[in-house]
Amino acid sequence: MEGELALLGKYIGAGLAAFGLGGAGIGVGNIAGNFLAGALRNPSAAAGQTATLFVGIAFAEALGIFSFLIALLLMFAV
Amino acid sequence: MATEGGSGFSIHPMDQFIVKPLFGDGPVQWYTPTNVTLWMGIAILCIFGLFVLATRHRGIIPTRLQSVAEVFYGFIHNMVEEVAGHEGVKYFPHVMTLFLFILLSNLLGLLPMSFTTTSHIAVTAVLAVLVFLGVTLIGIARKGLGFFAMFWVSSAPLALRPVLAVIEVISYMMRPVSHSIRLAGNLMAGHAVLKVFAGFASMAVVAPVAIGAATAIYALELLVAVVQAYVFTILTCVYLKDAVGDAHH
Repeated sequence: MEGELALLGKYIGAGLAAFGLGGAGIGVGNIAGNFLAGALRNPSAAAGQTATLFVGIAFAEALGIFSFLIALLLMFAV
Repeated sequence: MATEGGSGFSIHPMDQFIVKPLFGDGPVQWYTPTNVTLWMGIAILCIFGLFVLATRHRGIIPTRLQSVAEVFYGFIHNMVEEVAGHEGVKYFPHVMTLFLFILLSNLLGLLPMSFTTTSHIAVTAVLAVLVFLGVTLIGIARKGLGFFAMFWVSSAPLALRPVLAVIEVISYMMRPVSHSIRLAGNLMAGHAVLKVFAGFASMAVVAPVAIGAATAIYALELLVAVVQAYVFTILTCVYLKDAVGDAHH
């Protein structure tokens, strides 16, 4: 019984940790949307900023990946 | 991977990441040739083929493969020069090597039945820690103690600076962690999702949807494989700029 309870907690925890990816999704969407808005206003400056765009997306995404990692650890390592 | 049983996951989605010895079933020692060794070797052979064999003649009019190699070379060279600055070009060979190895590992991992070496944190952590140690040592060698001025944000109010310094040091120390987990996590997540949809394909009712979804995810994974190699490389350049660039802080 106690083992089952622990298993339950593990899976609920993994599911909760996956919520973090939603935050990363919001962040990445925000960056890409704002980039597009800026790029449509000034298309000539857009090409030079794609590197910045990708760096920003990478930083935002990494935090979501951390929570995904926590979910994986709960599922398979704990 | 045979599918037994009509429903449910007959294949575990994480099974694809198991490191297995190539010959026999013995325990994995540090010298055991495993599937990781095999696919890293294939990646390196592909790079060798593209950059040594295909560019051997160095024709004025490039062959098809030679122009592919030239495109990659020019792309990374421009990136290093733009992001890390003119001084950073000295470290271009390392950046180029990183990019090619990660790109080829990612793309080879997309072949059916293959093994994605970059989906293991152990592999990406070695690459990221090498970048981290390299950048720190180059920075200290080039700027001496001035390198640590990076942590002292002189544009902030004096009272805030110690607090900011602590935060800056922590974020600097977290660099290899996020650098490696970003690549491994992206690849692992994508491949696991692919296998989950492939698992649904064994159920007759949802099979058409699952196969369509798996195809779409595969296309997305192709994009992710290239973008993550690009992101890893460009972040290396960004970190390199701290070591070789002017102190703007």
